[in-house]
Amino acid sequence: MKQGSKKELKVPAIKDGTVIDHIPSRVTFKVMRILDLREFNQAISVALNLKSKALGKKGIIKVGNRFLTQDEVNKIAILAPKATVNIIKDYEVKEKINVDLPDEIHNIIKCSNPKCITNNEKVKTSFSILSKTPLQALCNHCERVMEAKDITLI
Amino acid sequence: MEFKGKDIISIKDFSKEELLYILSIAKKIEKNPDPNLLKTKIASLLFFEPSTRTRLSFSSAMKRLGGNTIGFAQGEVSSIKKGETLWDTIKMAEQYSDVIVMRHPLEGAARLAADAATIPVINAGDGANQHPTQTLLDLYTIQKEKGKLENLNVGFLGDLKYGRTVHSLAIALSHFKAKMFFISPTALKMPKHYLTELKQKKIKFTEVRDLSKVSKQIDVLYATRIQKERFPDQLEYEKYKNAFRLDKSTLDISKKDMIIMHPLPRVGEIDPELDDTKNAVYFKQAGNGIPVRQALLSLVLGKIQ
Ligand SMILES: [Zn+2]
Repeated sequence: MKQGSKKELKVPAIKDGTVIDHIPSRVTFKVMRILDLREFNQAISVALNLKSKALGKKGIIKVGNRFLTQDEVNKIAILAPKATVNIIKDYEVKEKINVDLPDEIHNIIKCSNPKCITNNEKVKTSFSILSKTPLQALCNHCERVMEAKDITLI
Repeated sequence: MEFKGKDIISIKDFSKEELLYILSIAKKIEKNPDPNLLKTKIASLLFFEPSTRTRLSFSSAMKRLGGNTIGFAQGEVSSIKKGETLWDTIKMAEQYSDVIVMRHPLEGAARLAADAATIPVINAGDGANQHPTQTLLDLYTIQKEKGKLENLNVGFLGDLKYGRTVHSLAIALSHFKAKMFFISPTALKMPKHYLTELKQKKIKFTEVRDLSKVSKQIDVLYATRIQKERFPDQLEYEKYKNAFRLDKSTLDISKKDMIIMHPLPRVGEIDPELDDTKNAVYFKQAGNGIPVRQALLSLVLGKIQ
């Protein structure tokens, strides 16, 4: 880890919890929604529009007293493929988790086909990731293949 | 091969071996049908949109093997109009029957039904998506008429953009090294992602607008309906309608043993003067739906191994 980013993680410092870094700034709140953080009862700090060489503008989310799992982290992969997730214990980075797009994603994105059953009945969506770059997601219901530009969140 | 309890939802779910196995069972049943094979079995035929042809074919397939059917055709049952979910309709139907055959206007409905049901579900068409029993009967017809499935030159003619039967058959034939000819107006060309899929499978294909350019090479000509409502401009429709019409003059520019298939109903793509020729197999094709559906029903019900 670079010196600079280590400093950044400590402001404001959290004793125990999770720091999600390198989120494209504009999807930061969506990431919070996917991880159900708004319902979460602990201290959360969010920073937006921070300078980032790779992303232009990035967001950071720091969640106290919650440790995200690999499965949870993977849920944000479609939005923030370059995000890094640090698990903090006693002010130290104990673990770094990289997001990895899973082979299947459930109930995170919508199907772009208006005639798909998932857009007409209360059904959880399910997609198979055919390709990570460029992104291709197959609706397991109607079999439509979506690209990155077709994707909207539930 | 174990088919008992399996759902038949999409042609993409089947390997080459499985496709061939189903066709071999259909052949056996056609030769030697056992009128008591499905005795005591009940199929729910749930038709949320009209398709008399498919419904009658399934009904006949079931009854000729001694089975029974219950169900509804679109408009007959009010619970759907009252807003009962598909999920609940399926949960109800599975209490009354051993297998569900469903036609639904929405794409992916069959997959949802299969998730809901503990008994096997056979997709009899879900919107523009899949109609696997049609594809299987198309394969069965080709195999029966040409004596093989491998290495054939297959022409697809007409509305290739919206023609679900064409998409599924092309994908199914990609298991058998078919060479494909896509003959359509520019506005109704085969969708790109299917062509990409064929390329990935190393299938050779050609796109043309004029049948006469390729007809001498074709073993199997699969014609489809060109539907008026697909054209934003009715003049366009009038223009294309006749360009994709087959008649006796078509035979003059074709291989002698070329077979002509069509999923039916036709709306003028094939002149009735062709009906009596040995090239026309579209009525036999419709009839082949019976042994193919009998094979599927018997397999998923575990009555044939
Ligand atoms: Zn879909």
